[in-house]
Amino acid sequence: MARAFDSVNVGDDLGTSVVRVTRQTLVDYAAASLDQNPIHQDEAFAKSVGLPDVIAHGMWTMGAAGTLAADWAGDAGRVLRYGTRFTSMVVVPPDGADLEVSGVVKSLDPQTRRATVELTASAAGVKVLGRCTAEVQLD
Amino acid sequence: MPVNESFVGRTFAPVGPYAVDAAMIAAFAAAVGATDPVHTDPQAARAAGYRDVIAPPTMAVRFDQLASREYVQDPDAGIDYSRVVHGEQTFVHHRPITAGDQVTAQTTVDSIRGAGGHAMITVRSEITAGDEPVATTTSTIVVRGGE
Repeated sequence: MARAFDSVNVGDDLGTSVVRVTRQTLVDYAAASLDQNPIHQDEAFAKSVGLPDVIAHGMWTMGAAGTLAADWAGDAGRVLRYGTRFTSMVVVPPDGADLEVSGVVKSLDPQTRRATVELTASAAGVKVLGRCTAEVQLD
Repeated sequence: MPVNESFVGRTFAPVGPYAVDAAMIAAFAAAVGATDPVHTDPQAARAAGYRDVIAPPTMAVRFDQLASREYVQDPDAGIDYSRVVHGEQTFVHHRPITAGDQVTAQTTVDSIRGAGGHAMITVRSEITAGDEPVATTTSTIVVRGGE
């Protein structure tokens, strides 16, 4: 069920989530998204083009971070707009990595009963998304 | 060959239609860790007001990817994909992508601008199901200049 607009205030905390990413996650994401760039799957290839290791698809990171906003809204179909900048990469060593996500309500529009939330996502202590915001339709 | 700025404003041939099914949605949801039952449980999706299970918001990229190939793989576009970095991404959903949809996607080059030896290209893909607008994706990619 979608969250009630009247229960929400600017500054509300969306909570936090930790999304585990392994090499298998990236193989699965590549198949689901059709982005088969080998820098996301093949360690030797990634290193040959100057990367520190396999890196997650930026779009995987965006998708995984967005689940916090969708879960907070109470219905993923309520995410009307979702945008971000990709500011740093998520390096995925053989034993995997964690994406840590948090969020806050930035603004509310009583006319449309929509909330704009800002997400913060980091891996290994480095912020990986910039200006990551979602507009969600509340009840 | 540098990025060809004459492509600004060009709209490419639409691609598709592609059938969206429950298995495609479930695989994408699992890969990004989306556990909302509207992605996997038709009853939960109907209870939320949808015809069937719906895709996570970023699954629209799958169709953007197919449509924008028409541009980035055009030999006259001058894009060396091995030098491309994803800079920004936005999705606007007119309604969720839903199992049973037959979606078509069409890419337009919105802008190309140089920045410190790099080229920043903004492309937009309109995703539709029949005559119905479903989503608009906007991607900015950076093509790194030579060293």
